[in-house]
Amino acid sequence: MSDASAPARGLRHVEHTMGTVFSFDLRDPVTPPVRRALEEAVIWLHQVDEVFSTYRSGSVISRLGRGEPVPEGYGPEVAEVFALCEEVAHATGGWFTHTPGGRLDPSGMVKGWAVERVSRTLHAAGAHNTCVNGGGDIQARGEAAPGTPWRIGVAHPARPGKLAAVVTGGELAVATSGTGERGAHVLDPHTGRPATGLLSLTMTGRHLTRTDAYATAAFAMGDGARDWVEALEGHEALGITAAGEIWRTPGFPAAAWAGT
Amino acid sequence: MRKAAVATVSTVAGIVLLLSLKPHQDPAPAMAASPPSSGPPGASSSASPGTGPSGASSPAPTGHQRSGGVSGSYTGGVSDTAYGPVQVAVTLSHGRITAVKALRTPYDRPRSRQIAADAVPRLTQEALSAQSAHIDAVSGATYTSEGYTRSLQSALDRAGV
Repeated sequence: MSDASAPARGLRHVEHTMGTVFSFDLRDPVTPPVRRALEEAVIWLHQVDEVFSTYRSGSVISRLGRGEPVPEGYGPEVAEVFALCEEVAHATGGWFTHTPGGRLDPSGMVKGWAVERVSRTLHAAGAHNTCVNGGGDIQARGEAAPGTPWRIGVAHPARPGKLAAVVTGGELAVATSGTGERGAHVLDPHTGRPATGLLSLTMTGRHLTRTDAYATAAFAMGDGARDWVEALEGHEALGITAAGEIWRTPGFPAAAWAGT
Repeated sequence: MRKAAVATVSTVAGIVLLLSLKPHQDPAPAMAASPPSSGPPGASSSASPGTGPSGASSPAPTGHQRSGGVSGSYTGGVSDTAYGPVQVAVTLSHGRITAVKALRTPYDRPRSRQIAADAVPRLTQEALSAQSAHIDAVSGATYTSEGYTRSLQSALDRAGV
C-alpha cells in the first residue's frame, strides 16, 4: 500500500509453506540480485519444510525421531538448529524444549530461524528495507519508507481483527506465541500439559531466531513470564492474560497499546 | 521557543475526532518527506517534535497533506470537564498517530477515576483501530494456511505493491 505511487520500488510476495504463510515485503528497488535472492529464499524455505517437518514421515526430523541416521548433506543445518535449541533450552531454564512431550520436534525454533535467515539473505543481496513475516513472526530491517519506521500490529488474541498494540522499529524482531487458531498447543515442559496462563505473549528483540524461541518459552511460563523477560537483556514483551489483562515490560517498543 | 499552536485540542471529543481521522498520506515517498527543520509549508506542520506541555496544538483537521504529513508531539490544553481536568498528548509521525498519552485525568473522586480508567483505554483502542490500516505487518499466534486468508496480514499483502 505504501508504494502505490511508485510501484517499481518494492515487492510483495506471499508463499505458502510450513503449514502457514510467509509474507515478504521489500521496500527497496527490485534489482536482479534481489529478485534472485528472493527466489532462492523461497526454494530454501520449502527445503527447510521438507527437512524439519514433523508432519512428513519422510522428513529428516521424522527419521531422526525414529532413530534413523541423518541423510547425507543435511547434517550442518540440522546440527545448527539443534545447537540453537539446546542453547535456548539452557537460557530459558528448560522452558523451551525441542522434545516437547518426549518427542523430537524443533518446530519452535525452525520458523524464526528460517525467517531470520532469509531476511539476512535478502539484505546481503541489497534489499536493506524489508519485512518478512513467517506466519505471524516477523523480522524487519531498515525502514518502511525513508524516515518512517516499520509499524507492526500485535493481533489481539480475543478480538479477531483488532490489535492489542502497535510496535515500531527498524532492526526489529516481533514474535507472538499464543493459543490462536491452533488452540492450546504450547506445552508446559515441566508438566507436559498445555500452558494456559496467557492468551498470548509477544516478544520483541533484534533477531527473530531467539526472539521467537523466547516467546514460546515465556508463553509456557505463564504468570512467571513478566519477571523473566524483565531480567532478559535485549528483549521486551507484552502479555495478555487468560483474564484479558494486558501487561508489558518497561521497554516494550509500543507506539500504542490497549493496556493502561 | 516558537509557539506552534494551530488549534487547541480542548476536549476529549476533539481527541476522539482526531483519532478517528483517517491518516491521509501513505508512508512518505522519499522525495516528498520534508524534514521538520526545513521551512514548513503551512502552520499545521510547524510544530516541532517535543512541543512543550502547554498550549500546543492539533494538526489542522483538514490535514490533507500528502507530502509527508506532520510530525511531532501535540499536547492538548487542559480541559475542565464535569469530571475534572483532562489533558491528552498525541504523537504524530508523518501524519500518523504513533502514541496517545493521557497527561491528566480526574482522580479526585472515585467516580471520576472510574470514568478516566474507562475512557483512556478506549481512546487508545480508538487510535489502534483507526491506525490498523496503517501498519505494515501483523504479529500473532501462527495461523494456518486457511486462517491466513481471513487475517489482517492477508489484507495488507493484498493491498501491497
